[in-house]
Amino acid sequence: MEFFLEVLLGGLLAGVMYALVAIGFVLIYKASGVFNFAQGAMVLFSALTFVSLLERGVPFWLAFVLSLAAMVLLAVAVERVVLRPLVNRPPITLFMATLGLSYVIEGFAQALWGAQVHGLELGISDEPLELGGMLLSQFDIFAAVTAALLVLALSLLFNKTRIGLSLRAVADDPLAALAVGIRLQRVWVLVWAVAGFVGLVAGLLWGARLGVQFSLSLVVLKALPVLIIGGFTSISGAIVGGLIIGASEKLAEVYLGPIIGGGIENWFPYVLALLFLLVRPAGIFGERAIERV
Amino acid sequence: MNPVPILQIDAIEVLYEQAILAVCGVSLVVPQGQIVVLLGANGAGKSTTLKAASNLVRAERGEVVQGRILYRGEDVTRSTPHSLVASGLVQVLEGRHCFAQLTVEENLLTGAFARQVSRGQLKSDLERIYSQFPRLKLRRKSLAGYTSGGEQQMVALGRALMARPQLVLLDEPSMGLAPQIVEEIFEIIQQLNQRDGVSFLIAEQNINLALRYAQYGYVLENGRVVSEGTTGELVARTDIQDFYLGGGTAGKGAAA
Repeated sequence: MEFFLEVLLGGLLAGVMYALVAIGFVLIYKASGVFNFAQGAMVLFSALTFVSLLERGVPFWLAFVLSLAAMVLLAVAVERVVLRPLVNRPPITLFMATLGLSYVIEGFAQALWGAQVHGLELGISDEPLELGGMLLSQFDIFAAVTAALLVLALSLLFNKTRIGLSLRAVADDPLAALAVGIRLQRVWVLVWAVAGFVGLVAGLLWGARLGVQFSLSLVVLKALPVLIIGGFTSISGAIVGGLIIGASEKLAEVYLGPIIGGGIENWFPYVLALLFLLVRPAGIFGERAIERV
Repeated sequence: MNPVPILQIDAIEVLYEQAILAVCGVSLVVPQGQIVVLLGANGAGKSTTLKAASNLVRAERGEVVQGRILYRGEDVTRSTPHSLVASGLVQVLEGRHCFAQLTVEENLLTGAFARQVSRGQLKSDLERIYSQFPRLKLRRKSLAGYTSGGEQQMVALGRALMARPQLVLLDEPSMGLAPQIVEEIFEIIQQLNQRDGVSFLIAEQNINLALRYAQYGYVLENGRVVSEGTTGELVARTDIQDFYLGGGTAGKGAAA
């Protein structure tokens, strides 16, 4: 039983890391209906910028602020060069544009900072911590707390500020938002910048875990099942989806793995997502369209 | 009549997707402080004309390719919707378009964002709207998507009024509403017009009702103005009612 709990908690904590990446997708999808394939590239770009600045002797917090500024600049550029000319195009066009964008960002990051693998030390040891007889990774706990703070900050932004209200209005009905005088383009820049910020946080945590390298942009693939299970339009969905994926893949590996040969951690989430697509295509927290009869 | 009308549309031509001609050579004038109606059947170009004035056509891949639009004497043909709202020209869209997932109060608040006002000002503006629409105050915490059609029309109108507009473009305010609610809404429009001096350009299919409250009207057909006149003149011309709108003669008595 204790072993089960240990695996479960370890899985849940790992799931938080998936949720972090998924939140970036949700933000952009909600505000502009675009599935942003470039989110992974943004995670990579931000982490690479941060670590390269750190290696050049820039202090930690200054490097953080500068990386954030880089993400804001990126958001402005994306709105100008990609979103504005393609406004009102079908979603598939925008999706293809973000596909291209992801290569541009990766290439740019490579040209700017080089292609070698960087180690990233955030100063948190990865030694297991003993809690009530269970061994849990300190780093995972730190990541979970960071994610919780991030979600808290986002919900304050969404629910307590004018900017947040404009953002929700645009997500709800872009034409009406335009009609009441909300500046759509400004909201887009903002939401891409916030997604960039989330990407930076995710990039630092994932970078510290895996090393900052180009495969970092592939963590988006793990975010896909998370989004399918949680729903594309809900931040809480992204978190719950992340937890489900994290816990189930670890449990499956430990209990199901030996029976069918092991190594199932890597593909189990996709099978789970497939089942969800059959049963509940909008995801657990996917937007329930309000329909009056 | 005021020498500078609040809105003047000069021979505009609107193309959708660079191919579909929706409005062709439409000219109209809304004098300061008046209620003007645009009459016509479905697809006559009423909505497009309104969206050209508020410049929402571009959000639907449309474009004003000919003519110009003057708001208080200034050319606003290429102005952004945001700057138009900030300067007092607001459109209430056909079908109300409330933010369904936002509460009634949040819906109203978004209407004031173009003006960048203080929190205190926002509060007092909100109270002003609630005194106009007491029913909205009772439902302020409900999601707008769950309110009735009449309440949604009030939310949409109230949201536009939060911008402190000088000219409101109203698209089909009576659509899908019970006659009693429609009367109520038109009474509020008249009150806003007479008490606060807000000008209105209203697109409406309900000809009897529209002619009762407006001072001047234009009849659109196939994207062109085919007739215009004071409401008295339009009511007198039964042929217009019959031919273009298929309406009866009930409006005559009410408007006379």
